Amino acid sequence: MKTPMKFEMLQTMLIVRAFENRVKKLYMEGVIRGTVHLSTGMEGVSVGACMALRPDDYITSTHRGHGHCIAKGVALKPMLAEVLGRATGLCGGRGGTMHLFDVPRGVMGTIGVVGGGIPVATGIGVGIQQLGQSRVVLCFMGDGATNQGAFHEALNLGSTWKLPVLYLIENNLVGDTTPLKEVVNIEDLADRAGAYGIPGVVVDGNDVLAVHRAVEEAASRARGGEGPTLLECKTYRWEGHHLGDPCVYRTREEVDEWRRRCPIKRFAQALIDDQSLTSEALGALEKEAEARLDEAEEYALGSPEPSPDTVLEYV
Amino acid sequence: MPSEARNLRRIRCLNMSSEGNVTMKTVTYLEAMREAMDEELARDETVFLLGEDIGPQGGVFGSTRGLLEKYGPRRVRQTPISECAIIGAACGASLVGTRPVAEIMYFDFVAIGMDQIFSQVGKLRYMSNGQMTLPLVIRTQCGGGRGKGPQHSSSTEAWFVHSPGIKVAMPSTPGDVKGLLKTAIRDDAPVLFIENSFLYNTKGEVSEEECLIPFGQADVKREGTDVTIVATSAMVQLALVAAESLKELDISAEVIDPRTLVPLDMDTILRSVAKTNRAVIVHEAFTRCGVGAEIAARLMEEAYDDLDAPVARVGGLEVPMPFAQSLEEQVMPSVTKIVKQARAVCYR
Ligand SMILES: Cc1ncc(C[n+]2csc(CCOP(=O)(O)OP(=O)(O)O)c2C)c(N)n1
Repeated sequence: MKTPMKFEMLQTMLIVRAFENRVKKLYMEGVIRGTVHLSTGMEGVSVGACMALRPDDYITSTHRGHGHCIAKGVALKPMLAEVLGRATGLCGGRGGTMHLFDVPRGVMGTIGVVGGGIPVATGIGVGIQQLGQSRVVLCFMGDGATNQGAFHEALNLGSTWKLPVLYLIENNLVGDTTPLKEVVNIEDLADRAGAYGIPGVVVDGNDVLAVHRAVEEAASRARGGEGPTLLECKTYRWEGHHLGDPCVYRTREEVDEWRRRCPIKRFAQALIDDQSLTSEALGALEKEAEARLDEAEEYALGSPEPSPDTVLEYV
Repeated sequence: MPSEARNLRRIRCLNMSSEGNVTMKTVTYLEAMREAMDEELARDETVFLLGEDIGPQGGVFGSTRGLLEKYGPRRVRQTPISECAIIGAACGASLVGTRPVAEIMYFDFVAIGMDQIFSQVGKLRYMSNGQMTLPLVIRTQCGGGRGKGPQHSSSTEAWFVHSPGIKVAMPSTPGDVKGLLKTAIRDDAPVLFIENSFLYNTKGEVSEEECLIPFGQADVKREGTDVTIVATSAMVQLALVAAESLKELDISAEVIDPRTLVPLDMDTILRSVAKTNRAVIVHEAFTRCGVGAEIAARLMEEAYDDLDAPVARVGGLEVPMPFAQSLEEQVMPSVTKIVKQARAVCYR
């Protein structure tokens, strides 16, 4: 991979991190309503995966979708405005944090019903195949979502019809308050691929380059008409399930251990080690990310709430 | 609550238990639910709970807090995120001599287990010519107004009222939730038990003694003479506030909570309308084909001569619940909307 591309990846990871931190701050200040799920610590997956796609490829995402959207190119201002429920938001304030849509950028929705996006992504794959396009669709899902019946039906259809779908599990080891190991009888979720006769790949989700490589390979397979791949990216969410979660299901030590495996620090250090980045340059990137979030925050806070008379549009 | 109504409630509780004096205590809606489950788990060892995150955390809203510690993982079963399997497992287990109480975190997700409810739970008893009984409860919580957006705010009770073989409860107070949940757990028929997380922290009285509330018995939450307001779930509170404002306009509103939608206590509603000659029905669900449509039709069929004005309905707008506050407020029924309709049917 060329160095500018690596820089872009690092910068995107920093922006995702800054976005999540900013959302947390605004939530604590009482500016954001509802339930907010942050992806802090999982930037290796969102950025590695989306940056391996082409601009006209599609994604579907989850309740924890901020990182996916940013990495797929969604602009920060309308995105933050949506999280705040403003008229200038991506969806005019109708969706909020859990329901972000940006069709021109191929973001076919962060979906709040766990597993709800898997059949939708599969259908997008059907559409791409019908139209004879060379696009792919990447379907993000949490580990918990693989226990939905929808997972099975969709993967069976996707594999049988050799659809251009990448099923990507962000395995952060827990679903809400329930540790994954208490609700599945296997070690690696990627093993489920065997049931569908498709490749199942376990990836270190905190290694952005490894994620990028795995997704690139799966995408080229899909574009070549060979059908889906099931990718399992092992990672960890630093924050609670949602903001306000008391996290009774895990220890401080476990969180600290994963914080040490920070995907951003790790990638930045690798770039510093091979002399393509200096710590000053890293500092500048971090500052820039903050500055962009300052602008987005100002924009979002300065935006009006949607006008009540628009409520019946698009039913 | 007017004291007559409170006395009535006490008398009902007295009738249920053989004790002499009923003392009341104040608890939250959430505590009342927890007490109901705790008491039934203790009373009957065939009762067990299953659902997502109901174990160590005690449910995402806390309704099962402490129950895992008390009854162990066989009776408080934490499940994968698999609503179809949760509902199906409750169905199957109920067929062979247990009394499962399944929790579905949000009403919206009940849809994932819809076949299990609609074609299995609701039909097995009938299809088997009564060979099967399904003493199961599916608990869930509904409602908007919390900024949870379009996929976590639904009120789709009418789907189930429109399906055969399932009882549907929708309690609005701590006392009702406790008494009805205990009845639901003991009932041999399947029950969809719809709570409202908006109400979880509201306080109210429950009896210190065992108190079961029968299904199919509406509760008059406030007595009045000029207009009958029939309201469900969180809308009962709005209706009571509306009744206060109507009083200032010299309109005396009676507020009735049906508490269970299947079976539906039309008698209480009809008695009220015979007195007030006017009715407004309020629910958070869409007006279109909501439960209010059924109640209005029944009033037209059974109380035509009593009515001095067309029955009015107040319901949510027919859109998915939007996230933004300015839009959500527009969609939700409100005190203002209820007052407006009540005045309209009183021609005031
Ligand atoms: C069908 C459904 N059931 C339950 C929920 C409540 N819920 C939201 S996120 C979540 C956990 C999801 O876990 P996972 O898929 O592993 O994603 P993660 O949150 O770990 O990113 C649950 C249970 C939901 N949104 N949808």
